[in-house]
Amino acid sequence: MTTASVLDWTTVCPLDRLESDRGVAALVDGVQVALFRTADGLFALDNQDPVSGAYVLSRGIVGSRNGVPTVASPLHKQVYDLRTGDCLDLPGVSVSRHEVRCRDGLVEVRLRQEE
Amino acid sequence: MNGGRLVVVGNGMVGQRFVEALRARDTEQRWQVTVLGEERRPAYDRVRLSAYFDGVSAEELNLHTPDDGVELRLGEAVTGLDRDRRVVTTAHGEYPYDALVLATGSYPFVPPVPGTDLPGVFVYRTLDDLAAIRAHAAGRRTGAVVGGGLLGLEAANALRLLGLATHVVEFAPRLMPVQVDTAGGAMLRRYVEELGVTTHLGVATTALRPGPDGTVRALELGDGTAVEADVVVVAAGIRPRDELARAAGLDLGPRGGVLVDAGCRTADERIWAVGECAAVDGVCHGLVAPGYAMAEVVADRLLGGAATFPGADTATKLKLLGVDVASFGDAHGTTEGCLDVTFTDPATRTYAKLVLSDDARTLLGGVLVGDATAYPTLRASVGGPLPGPPLALLAPADAGGGAGAAALPGTAQVCSCNAVTKDDVDAAIAGGCADVPALKACTRAGTSCGSCVPMLKQLLDAAGVRQSTALCEHFDASRQELFDIVRVRGIRTFSQLIAEHGRGRGCDICKPVVASILASLGSGYVLDGEQASLQDTNDHFLANLQRDGTYSVVPRIPGGEVSPEKLIVIGEVARDFNLYTKITGGQRIDLFGARVEQLPLIWRRLVDAGFESGHAYGKALRTVKSCVGDTWCRYGVQDSVGLAVALELRYRGLRAPHKLKSAVSGCARECAEARSKDFGVIATETGWNLYVGGNGGFRPRHAELFATDLSTQELISLVDRFLMYYVRTADRLQRTSAWIEAMDGGLDHLRAVLVEDSLGLCAELEAAMARHVGSYSDEWRDTLDDPERLRRFTSFVNAPDVPDPSISFEVVRGQPVPVRGGPPPTTAGPGTAGAGEPAAVGGRRQPVTLGMPEVRR
Ligand code: SRM
Ligand SMILES: Cc1cc2nc3c(=O)[nH]c(=O)nc-3n(C[C@H](O)[C@H](O)[C@H](O)COP(=O)(O)OP(=O)(O)OC[C@H]3O[C@@H](n4cnc5c(N)ncnc54)[C@H](O)[C@@H]3O)c2cc1C
Ligand code: SF4
Ligand code: FES
Repeated sequence: MTTASVLDWTTVCPLDRLESDRGVAALVDGVQVALFRTADGLFALDNQDPVSGAYVLSRGIVGSRNGVPTVASPLHKQVYDLRTGDCLDLPGVSVSRHEVRCRDGLVEVRLRQEE
Repeated sequence: MNGGRLVVVGNGMVGQRFVEALRARDTEQRWQVTVLGEERRPAYDRVRLSAYFDGVSAEELNLHTPDDGVELRLGEAVTGLDRDRRVVTTAHGEYPYDALVLATGSYPFVPPVPGTDLPGVFVYRTLDDLAAIRAHAAGRRTGAVVGGGLLGLEAANALRLLGLATHVVEFAPRLMPVQVDTAGGAMLRRYVEELGVTTHLGVATTALRPGPDGTVRALELGDGTAVEADVVVVAAGIRPRDELARAAGLDLGPRGGVLVDAGCRTADERIWAVGECAAVDGVCHGLVAPGYAMAEVVADRLLGGAATFPGADTATKLKLLGVDVASFGDAHGTTEGCLDVTFTDPATRTYAKLVLSDDARTLLGGVLVGDATAYPTLRASVGGPLPGPPLALLAPADAGGGAGAAALPGTAQVCSCNAVTKDDVDAAIAGGCADVPALKACTRAGTSCGSCVPMLKQLLDAAGVRQSTALCEHFDASRQELFDIVRVRGIRTFSQLIAEHGRGRGCDICKPVVASILASLGSGYVLDGEQASLQDTNDHFLANLQRDGTYSVVPRIPGGEVSPEKLIVIGEVARDFNLYTKITGGQRIDLFGARVEQLPLIWRRLVDAGFESGHAYGKALRTVKSCVGDTWCRYGVQDSVGLAVALELRYRGLRAPHKLKSAVSGCARECAEARSKDFGVIATETGWNLYVGGNGGFRPRHAELFATDLSTQELISLVDRFLMYYVRTADRLQRTSAWIEAMDGGLDHLRAVLVEDSLGLCAELEAAMARHVGSYSDEWRDTLDDPERLRRFTSFVNAPDVPDPSISFEVVRGQPVPVRGGPPPTTAGPGTAGAGEPAAVGGRRQPVTLGMPEVRR
């Protein structure tokens, strides 16, 4: 990752639309984003599973591995670090992460595009 | 002479073991081996031959492993032996030898009774014999076995399993006369008769009579009575196949058999004999263990060793029939001055006798009928001090009999089939073997008759080896332990469980397990509250995720029976939502290609038409397949469709450690493939036979017969217990077959728990199932009724009207399927995906366009 062009924050939904430890998909500037709410806070990754190509990461099981917050792809169970998007099972595989925050009870997302 | 051309005659159990033993030692390939076998198959496990009737295939019984240095010629019987020219002759030619090993086994003895040559009369020795018996028995009703010994009873059980009303005729006044004494024989007879086998003891068979079609029809007995039989098996003993040696002028034993010395060599220094055909110092041995010992002796000698035959263990245990009978050592108390301790319990119907030396210190032998739990330990203690006070040894196992393997002396043979001592096992454990499979691989113990496996486990326990049963990094407990914790402590949520009994946040392993436990214990709708976060995506959306991110929809079609109206609804729904439609392997219809937001709309239509969730997504009951049975079929003897429907409705929604499948066939032709199911039912003339522990998949297993001729009510009770016990005690993702295999005592244990109620659990298990049945409610109906629950079925939380733009279809064979290649993977570099790589990424998909055949009009 060299430079990152940072776009604007987009409001996505009220916080209570996110169930704890479960993801949802959101469409932000045409990009499918997977949003997760866990006890460690909010996380946003690309919704596309890099291994299968299907847009399903938001539907994976959320959990932890050695203290790292994770999501497991629902298709073939590879586990990703929610903070970095790195795949913990396959070296060299990762998924883009995006920025997410909660303002006044609303969830906002900002895309990060690594170039 | 320790090298050159070696010819082995016979590729049976011992011949095969001999070749393996030689190859293992002969690392420099000094011997060039040719094996000539008369049977058309390579060596197979004759000891487990009867398992063939339990559905175990010939392949599963195979013992042969190909070896480059060994030429195996099958279907080629040796007809002559010329010792001067040192060649053996077959129909194909001559084979010169520098050393010759005879491993020709035995042939079944057929007494000179008129009629034994009639069609329908068989012996019981080879796979071909069994195949012929099965073929002849089809459609016939009665059977008889001449001979009530170990083999005769095995054959009787086989006839019984083929659905024949079975008789056994034994000349001696008791069954298994060689192994069992009079009192034990009386107890054994009661068990055998209870299984529906009629016994005729102390009477000779004088003739076999044909019926009008020329095949055997009846047995005439010495007391003038006649026994009807369409199939007759003669199991009147075996005789060593010593004809080659006899013709070549070699000496025979006093009762036949190729006479050899303790080194298993004949008077001709180039010729050896092993297995049942050999008379070692004049004595033939009709069991496999002594044969294996001989195989090792000759392998050693041919490479310059000086091993001698160590003597034989004649211990035997009746396999099959579900009756525990064991006999070992000096069972009849023929040793000078020996003492007997006997124990008879009419209540539990067990009989046991121990034969002790005159000072009551040394165990010489014994007989066990009704309960042979102590057999492995006692058998290993023969010739040594008793491992505990006699009565404690014989008392039922759960009384803490103390018959523990750990108490045995190091030289005791734990596995007598393979001559493995306790010291050998302990050494293997010390060397790192941490479970039974490792011990089997490393010592060969437990790989033949299997009766020593419980002792291997005890020795592992005694050595303090505990295999980790931890579920994952978040829980140290196994699934079974977690189940008990949840049940006993009344825990209702994952967070409480992980806070009190685990660590961290959970993962894709433990969360679905806990979800399943909570669901099995009836904590209501699987997607409520926190439970929602535990479910796999399939359970979360109550549908099956497909490779392109769409889902499939499988409505329940109990027993595969469906009305035309309902078929039309499925057709209309599929058409209206543009779904790909396919008949599944589970006798129902799968609709593919639904997007998440379409699922509730599709299900609204299906539920309104009377369909329910088929749980294709859950670790739950899938389908109970049926054959048409007596509803239509001319062979059906019971209402298999009715039962399949009833079973599917009874157990629908039951969450389990793995998916559960069942089937019901209306007669023994088994068109529903019930024996490939977790629980399968096959109709009999008078009721139902229940089979358990089958599955297809990667490691197919046939279900084993669990109980016979049950009434519908008895069947339901047993299945209730079976399923609940499985739900409570199995491991994560352990199918019923693996669960039973891993169980101490296996199927026998399961029978004790579920039929005899040995743990006093049955009432509780049935009550738990009754609660499940009473509280069942269709998950899809519940979902549709609740706007909160429907909320999650949206494509995008901020754009619910936009369907996932990545999903697109092309038309193949007239139906929509995901566009091949699909959305390209982004970040992953090529080739980094590794094992679970789906077809969309890999490139090895075979095209199957063969061109459509043209239809002429
Ligand atoms: C649809 C179907 C194939 C078909 O087109 O016919 C099918 C499809 C799947 N099977 Fe199957 N199996 C289907 C019948 C079978 C059968 C045949 C049967 O049930 O009689 C078997 C062998 C019998 C058995 O299970 O013992 C079978 C053995 C498996 C296995 C191996 C299980 C094992 O113990 O080794 C898996 C993998 C697993 O469950 O872990 C599996 C897993 C799957 C999954 C769930 C894989 C997955 O997670 O995506 C497939 C998705 C179903 C879907 O998307 O709807 N499927 N699968 C069949 C659905 C039957 C139904 O009506 O519910
Ligand atoms: C139903 C059944 C159950 C049994 N249960 C038990 C048990 O529980 N425990 C136990 O210890 N034992 C049991 N046995 C006995 C056990 O199977 C034998 O002891 C064992 O198979 C002997 O091995 P073998 O190699 O000597 O003979 P076999 O296994 O009989 O092999 C001999 C082979 O040599 C072939 N052959 C013979 N003559 C020639 C020739 N001239 N040329 C070429 N090939 C030839 C034969 O066709 C045969 O394939 C059972 C046997 C049967 C039939
Ligand atoms: S199993 Fe028997 S009853 Fe069922 S369809 Fe086949 S032949 Fe008919
Ligand atoms: S005693 Fe038969 S396999 Fe061990």
